[in-house]
Formats: sequence, C-alpha cells, structure tokens
Amino acid sequence: MPSSVAVLSGGISFEREVSLRSGSRVADALGDRGHQVTRLDVDAQLVKTLAAGGFDVAFLALHGSAGEDGTIQSILEVLEIPYTGPDVLASSLAWNKPIAQGLYRRAGLAVPPAVTLSQQAFREMGAAAAVTRIADELGTPLVVKPAAGGSSLGLSFVDDASSLPQAIVGAFSYADAVLIERFVAGTEVAVTVLDGEALPAVEIHPKEGAYDFAARYTAGATEFHAPARLDDDVLAACADAATTAFEAIGSRHISRADLIVDRDGTPWVLELDTCPGLTETSLVPLAAQAGGIPFEDLCDRLVGLALGS
Amino acid sequence: MRLDTDPYLERYASRVRGMRASEIRALFSVVSRPEVVSFAGGMPYTEALDFSAVEDVVARVIRDSGPVAFQYGGGQGRAELREQLVEVMRHEGVPAHADDLVVTVGGQQALELIAKCFIDAGDVVLAEGPTYVGALGAFASHQADVRHVAMDADGMRIDLLEDAIAAVRAEGRRVELVYTIPNHQNPAGVSLSVERRHRLAELAEEHDLLILEDNPYGLLDFEGRTYPSIRSLVPERVIYVGTVSKTFAPGARTGWVAAPRAVRDKLVLLREAADLCPPNLTQMIVETWFATQPWQDQVKRFVEVYRERAETMLGALDEEMPPGVSWTVPSGGFYVWMTVPRGFDTSDLLAKAINARVAYVPGRGFYGDGAGGEQLRLCYSFPPPDRIREGVARLGELLTRELELVRAVYGDDAPEATSQRRGGSGIASQGG
Repeated sequence: MPSSVAVLSGGISFEREVSLRSGSRVADALGDRGHQVTRLDVDAQLVKTLAAGGFDVAFLALHGSAGEDGTIQSILEVLEIPYTGPDVLASSLAWNKPIAQGLYRRAGLAVPPAVTLSQQAFREMGAAAAVTRIADELGTPLVVKPAAGGSSLGLSFVDDASSLPQAIVGAFSYADAVLIERFVAGTEVAVTVLDGEALPAVEIHPKEGAYDFAARYTAGATEFHAPARLDDDVLAACADAATTAFEAIGSRHISRADLIVDRDGTPWVLELDTCPGLTETSLVPLAAQAGGIPFEDLCDRLVGLALGS
Repeated sequence: MRLDTDPYLERYASRVRGMRASEIRALFSVVSRPEVVSFAGGMPYTEALDFSAVEDVVARVIRDSGPVAFQYGGGQGRAELREQLVEVMRHEGVPAHADDLVVTVGGQQALELIAKCFIDAGDVVLAEGPTYVGALGAFASHQADVRHVAMDADGMRIDLLEDAIAAVRAEGRRVELVYTIPNHQNPAGVSLSVERRHRLAELAEEHDLLILEDNPYGLLDFEGRTYPSIRSLVPERVIYVGTVSKTFAPGARTGWVAAPRAVRDKLVLLREAADLCPPNLTQMIVETWFATQPWQDQVKRFVEVYRERAETMLGALDEEMPPGVSWTVPSGGFYVWMTVPRGFDTSDLLAKAINARVAYVPGRGFYGDGAGGEQLRLCYSFPPPDRIREGVARLGELLTRELELVRAVYGDDAPEATSQRRGGSGIASQGG
C-alpha cells in the first residue's frame, strides 16, 4: 500500500555525503514503488517538519552519530512515527563498538581481542605509559579505529608500537575513544541480516590496498563476490555469526555484519552496522541483488517492516 | 557470482582509472552548512560587486547586441574582449597584444588546455610546493609527474628549483613545464621576490624552460603594489594565465592565456575540440564591464574588503593560536598558510574541526606527493570579520586541545610540540 514516507539523510555527520547518496537512491526506489516520498535533511527544523508532515513512516538513510546512535530514533519514538531499522537501545548498543563487542563475545562469537582507551585515559591517567604494553599483549599488527562511526574513517593499520600514537591521535578525530584491536588476517565478508534472515555473504576484495573510504565509494575499485567463495559450512557459520550478532544487540529490520574469515574458517565479528549504506557501491544492495531482491523491493520491504505489515 | 559496481571499468582511458572517491571531498559536503564557519573554499566576496552596474551592463548587452550575444563565436575569443584584457594586463605591467590572447572559460580551462598541449603521460612538471589544487588536477588528468619545489617567505626557492632541474636532467629527462603563481600564491599567501623573478627568467634561458605563469591575484595587493611578471622578462618562454574571477566575478567564467603565437594557435585548436568557443554572452558582459565601468574602483573595493578580513584573521590568529603554530602573513590575495606542530595530521583533524563548526582545507590537497599533513590553508575572503573572529577562536581552541591530546598520547615520546619550526617541509613562518 502506498505510504507517505519521509526519507531522512544528510545531517552534519562526517558521512553526510554517503548518507545523501543513500537517501537519493532510496527516495527514487520508493517513488518508483508508488510511495509519496519527502526527502528531509537533518537540520534545526527537522522535528517541526516531522511533527507537522503527517508521515506514515520514516526511512532512515542516516550514517554517523545522531542517525545511528539512537538520537533520531528517540525523537521518532516521541513523535510516534514508525521508522526503519533497529530501535533506540539496539542502535545505541551497536554504535558503541566496545560495548557491542562485549555482547558478541557473551553470545559466544569470535571477536578480535581489543582494548578501548578514551581521551580521558590519556589526558587524566597517563595511559600513554600503557601503549607499548597493549601492543605487546595484543600482538602486532593492530587495527586502530574510532570506538564509534563508520566508513573506515579514522581507521589505520599499525605494524609496530612506535606508530601507535599517531594512529591513536588520528582515530580520536572521529570519536572520544579508540579501539585498538588485533588484526585478523583473512577474507573480508559482509553479511546482511534482513528481518532476522541472512542474505548471501558478500566477499570484499579491494583492487589495491585496504577497504578504505576510496575503495568503498569509488565504483569499480573493489571486487565483490556473492555468495562469498567459501565452503558451504563456512558460509553457514558466517550467516550464523551475523544473525547471532543481530540478536545479541536486539536489532530488527536490517543490519550488516562485517566479518573476517580466518584461515581456519572461523568468522570473526568486527562490527554490526545498524544503518548500513545504500549507495550504488554499498554492500547491502549487493547482498540483496545476490539474494534475488531488487533494490526497490528491499526499500519497500523495509517500509513494510517499519509499518508492521 | 562476481558483482560489478562499475561495469564500464575496463573501458575507461588509463588517465581515468586512477580517479578515486576522497574522504576529504566527502567532508566538504558538511562545510557548506550555515553552522560552519568556512575558511575552506577560495571564494571571492561577490556581494561587494556593484550589482546595479552589473544589471545595466547585462541589460545593455542584450538590448544592443542580443543576436550576437546568443550566437556562436570564434575559438580565440572576441577581439573586443581581448583588447580589454590587454588593458587589464597593462595595468599590472604585463605586456601583451590582443592577438597573443586566447579567451578561456575561467583560468581553469586555460590550465587544462595547456596541460593537454604539453603533457604526455609521465612528463615532469615542476611546481611550487604547496600549489593550486586545480592545477594539480589538470596536470594529473594528463598523468604528469609533478614534483614540488619548496617555498619560503620570498616564494619559490630558486636554488631548490635548480636542484630539481638537475635531478630531472640526471634521469635523462626534460622538465616540460615550470608552474608558478608568483603573486600572493595559492595556498601559501606569499609572493616571489623581484630578485627571484629575474633569477627564474635567467634559469629559463639557461635551461631552455617553459614557464607557466598563473596570475589570479596580482591586482589584489593590499598596498596596490605590482611586481614584474615573468612574461615581461622572458616573453617567449612564458605562457601566462589570467582570470577575471577576482577582479570582476568568478561566475562570469572568463580567463585567458597569453602565449607565444605558435602555442596560441595550438591552444585555439585544442579549445575548439573542447568547447568550440567561449560563450559570447559572458564575453560581452565582461568586455562591456571593463570598457564602460570604473573597474579599477571595483577592484579597490574588493581589495579593501580582503585587506580588512586579512587583518582581522591575522589579529585573531595572534590572539587565539597556541604556541608552536605558525602561519604566513599575506600582503594580498586570499590565503593564510598554517603549519601545526608535529604529532597529528590536518586531514584527520578536519573531522574534529567540523564538529567544532569551523573548516579549512588540509595541506595534503596542495601537494601531488602526499606531503602537507602538517599544514592547512585558511581563506579569509568570504566570511565577514565577526565570523572570521569566531572561526579562528574555534580553531584556536581546537588546536590547543589537540596539542594537549598529542602530548598525552605520545607521553614521553612527544614530538617537539611546543618548539616553533621554521622552513622544513614548508614556508618559513612569519606569525605565531
């Protein structure tokens, strides 16, 4: 049934550009499916506009804080507007990577050993004195990333302890805490969970270097295979890990699990993205395509899920 | 199943394959939000234009010459406009005849045509380090091997230019072009000293060099001074690029090249392949503006605005910046080039700056070789003075906190965070 849909994208997050691209693609898709679509940027007028707009449902194509950390979800709850994606609690749990990783571990999933350090730990407790020790205990190489946020912004790979401080300072540009994580070598795989069911795993091979911002958003810069070229039992383990992570934070509708499958076939859970990108080069649309779900149907389905129909 | 996000990939020309998405460009989509004080884009303050005069000029062009204004024109550009542009050049002491000129769609098209005319894949271009992003883009799209020559407060270091020429020669190769912005350089804000201009001209003769002299800011000196152009010293060795973007309006998209006749002919052919001819409408608006309006008074008005803003920014920087941060002191143009202490990268810091609602351009964008992580460019031409003060205060607070953080994270291994560095990877500091 056609609905009045507010597609929310943009905002003042670092992923604004990506979000706008997701938003325009979603708006086109929903329009093609006959919905009445209004695109909204996140600005000082947003709540007023939403309250007065008579929308049946909000489609969240927001990335970065405010869109993914439970903030906009809280507002939509208050306004009693149904929305796509996980609720306030699940969003805020997944946004906080250290907490989410703890929940995945509790659920029995393999998660790379990691240490979280806040700016406060450095400013007020002299955490600098512990950095070498962290590198020794976790073992190199390491991945340093902001404890919140996406699109690989602020992420760096570190081969030895001496380059850790620079990586830590860089990650602090994007969040108040950093996650120092043991690097797991293996095949990069993303598994989209749609309404509790795993879609085909997408295998990621950047043509040069790491799967960084440029590799994510330059069409053709990364080679994808779906389903991933892995043994059936490993694919099943990936699907299982993704749905377990989805349940561990109490997600709903849609999320994307980022995994590394090591040489032994163990899927390591890196993180769960609760408002995944929907651009032309994003992983979720590729997974849907591999699962035989056209992009328009995917968007339509999410609207249906939000409306409880 | 293999999934292609770009099914055309194998079909692209080799010069296109290296073009990639950039997180910095993505961050700039936030910069245009009104909450952010932007020192990022190098935008002229078009509000200072006399728009009733502009309106008269536009109306007159359409009333008196509508059918011509909306017709195709010649590939070299209108002779009437070229006569006016020669007058503008004369005002700055740059000799030229109208027939030496090719009108282009902004200075940017001039750079692109020149790159297309001279650069084969892998050819060496020597450019100031840092240098104009748009020139780097034009060179990169023709797969140039750009090498930088460091600057100091007197502009490009000619001794280092000599070293660079020798290094290229030692590889058995030739320097295809030497690219310079001698006046109020973008992004460094410094000008090439008169002595070095003469030395550069001598080197051009000595080493058979072709110099690309890009001069968008020459008339924006705060004291109204002009310096001898390289073209005036060795005209047959210089391809000169001008623009009306800063003396009139960037929206008119009108620039030009003054080149030796043989080169001019090639540029006209290249331009005809690119876009046939510059738009008659904008050419006629520009030529009528320069022919009938007191354009020099307009330039003076712009200069007053920019001088006030530069003074405001420099004053605020003196008050707000923590020790260890240094910057250049411009005597014209749009830019202040800042060097921050070691320990963090200005590309990373941009994310935090945007959170603090202030924006700049990270230094890396002005180098073709990955340098510039400790530098950033501030442009003062667009925000009004109270916004400049506010933005600099935000940046000062941000840098102060960042330096504390760097010291805390590095602990005993902290880089020389509080000592002021001079020279090194960039330009000798004059402030801070």
